[in-house]
Amino acid sequence: MQMQRSIQLPARLEGGPYRLIGAIAVSLVVAYVLVGPQQFSNFLTIGAIYALIALGYTMVYGIIELINFAHGDIFGLGAFVALWLLTMGGFNGAINNPVELAVVLVALFLLTMGIMGLVGVAIERFAYRPLRNAPRLAPLITAIGVSFILENIMQAFFGPSPVNSPQIFTLNARFDIAGASIGYLNVFIVLVAVALMIGLQLFVGRTRLGRAMRSTAQDREAAELMGVNIDQTIAITFFIGSALAGAGGIVWALYFGYAVFNQGFYAGLFAFTAAVLGGIGNTTGAALGGFFIGFVYVAAAQFGYSRWFEVFIFGILVLVLVFRPTGLLGQQLGERA
Amino acid sequence: MSGRAARRVPLLDRLRDASSSHRSISSIVTMALVTALLPIVATFPPFSGFNPQSVWVNSFADAGVYVLLALGLNIVVGLAGLLDLGYAAFFAIGAYTYAYGASPFSGNDFPFWGMLLVGAFVAAMFGLLLGAPTLRLRGDYLAIVTLGFGEIVPTVFLNADRYTKGTNGISGVYLPSLLGYQFQFTDPWPFYVTMAVIITVAIIAIFRLQESRLGRAWMAIREDELAAASNGVNTVSTKLLAFALGASTAGLGGVFVASKLSFVSPDQFGFTVSFTVLAMVVLGGMGNIWGVGAGAFIIFIIQTVILKQLNAFLAGTPLSGIDFLQYQYLLYGLALVAMMLLRPEGLFPSARRRRELHAAEEAEEPTAPTGALEGAGQ
Repeated sequence: MQMQRSIQLPARLEGGPYRLIGAIAVSLVVAYVLVGPQQFSNFLTIGAIYALIALGYTMVYGIIELINFAHGDIFGLGAFVALWLLTMGGFNGAINNPVELAVVLVALFLLTMGIMGLVGVAIERFAYRPLRNAPRLAPLITAIGVSFILENIMQAFFGPSPVNSPQIFTLNARFDIAGASIGYLNVFIVLVAVALMIGLQLFVGRTRLGRAMRSTAQDREAAELMGVNIDQTIAITFFIGSALAGAGGIVWALYFGYAVFNQGFYAGLFAFTAAVLGGIGNTTGAALGGFFIGFVYVAAAQFGYSRWFEVFIFGILVLVLVFRPTGLLGQQLGERA
Repeated sequence: MSGRAARRVPLLDRLRDASSSHRSISSIVTMALVTALLPIVATFPPFSGFNPQSVWVNSFADAGVYVLLALGLNIVVGLAGLLDLGYAAFFAIGAYTYAYGASPFSGNDFPFWGMLLVGAFVAAMFGLLLGAPTLRLRGDYLAIVTLGFGEIVPTVFLNADRYTKGTNGISGVYLPSLLGYQFQFTDPWPFYVTMAVIITVAIIAIFRLQESRLGRAWMAIREDELAAASNGVNTVSTKLLAFALGASTAGLGGVFVASKLSFVSPDQFGFTVSFTVLAMVVLGGMGNIWGVGAGAFIIFIIQTVILKQLNAFLAGTPLSGIDFLQYQYLLYGLALVAMMLLRPEGLFPSARRRRELHAAEEAEEPTAPTGALEGAGQ
């Protein structure tokens, strides 16, 4: 037990995770003061979505060093799958019975995340695995091709305009706190996202498969010699990453109430920035980066610059790459290499 | 080389030798022949059935823009091996440069021919500006930063509406004139010939670059950056030059497009343009100048003329419900993936690139039979 713990901690945090927790607490207070309580809850909700997407980016990059351009579109597809499942299930309005709502949500998350995980595994199997030893340019071009295929499949099935999603949450189920009216949906989203992130950390840090993932990221050949099944491990990484993006998609459909075929393109770009910001390959960093992007989104809207949001994000991406290319938390998976 | 000289068979090989030793002249001759033949071919069936000749010539001039873009992106992707996913940004910068240089909106009226150089220069400067921070990092970061840049540039043109008229775009951009002859909207021929000349110059310049010390450095970086660096290649400045030269080619295309349409607006330069040009380069054969040019031309014509006509042609048949234009990007995506998996060197490969892209298989074959099994997909 002791041994495992010391392996699990990133070197940069060895001084104590308390510094990181303290830094998070301080940033949360600053964010609260800057945007006020109402926008604070929005920032956590939107941040949770970007964090869920960023996790998949960072995991895939950590393990096979590929920027999976299709990842954003897996998120977009996840939103459509959730919307489609709800429509197929015959839901078209709010579900007021809490037990029924809970059952529907659990089923929705399990099904959508499972489907998206399988889609991710299939993409890896057919598009990326044959190119694992090819020159770097080849899988990158393939990934951008896959991204376009996914977007156009969505467009072919659901059309070019936004599609409304059934709203199974009562939107006026809100409570007042500190002068802000906060929907239960917001609380639910943040809780689900945090639970998934903690689950991921435990999985990567504590389980046998998680250890296989970390060793593959560190040195693929050595891991193979030690008996790790590389193909299986990479497939599992894609499954988890895509399932998390799928969860992000569900949350998007529930919160914003629509899905559009190319939403994954921008979301992917923002989530990638989040992953770079946190230190690509570092799951904790990606989650924090996602929340930071959510904050920028909300703050830009708050101060009347929402149409410049993309420009801000891009500026952040370039600044991070220039001044701190390893990201804020350093490269957890890569650093061990 | 010596192997080929030993079994010299009459005409074709002698032509090939002559063309490789007098590359500039042969490029001019080839381009002149192509430029002269295309409008003639267009008057014969089945091509004459699609469009009248002047419409074809107009399409050829538009296709020329994409040929130019593909040639420029080929420097970046094909020669230097850097993935640029925001190439349309430089195209947009070139176009807006001309719109500022010669339109009632800005009040300037600089000559088109000078603005070609200015547009190329401004685009190259932006290429340097973007490349300088990112080219020091690993190649994949460049891909995503250029992707972001490609989205940001149109967004800035869209949002800064005080300076760019936002979504409305800048209209009434002046058409070029040469020695007192004023180009007209209604007459595509001068644009066609101008484009052919620009492409010829670009092809000659790129051939000379490719065979220069700089070109060899690009290919060395593409094949093995570490080995290139240890042999004294300054990788950062070499990559920057590739990036800037690619950008300047797109700038030329932008100036031409702005003058031909007499209009610029942000939505002409979206991600689909970058993606289309990338597909052209990959399908044509990364690194092969003629292959990339031909690939771009063929894809553009298929996309803008044939797919459009196919819809009309199939009306009334069971396939009539399908809008082929709607699926063109799906086709590009499938084509990119299929090419990378099956024939990464493109339809018209450069010999060197093919060897490089299949290096892994060649290395595997002579070893254990298990190695061959792993590559069984090929």
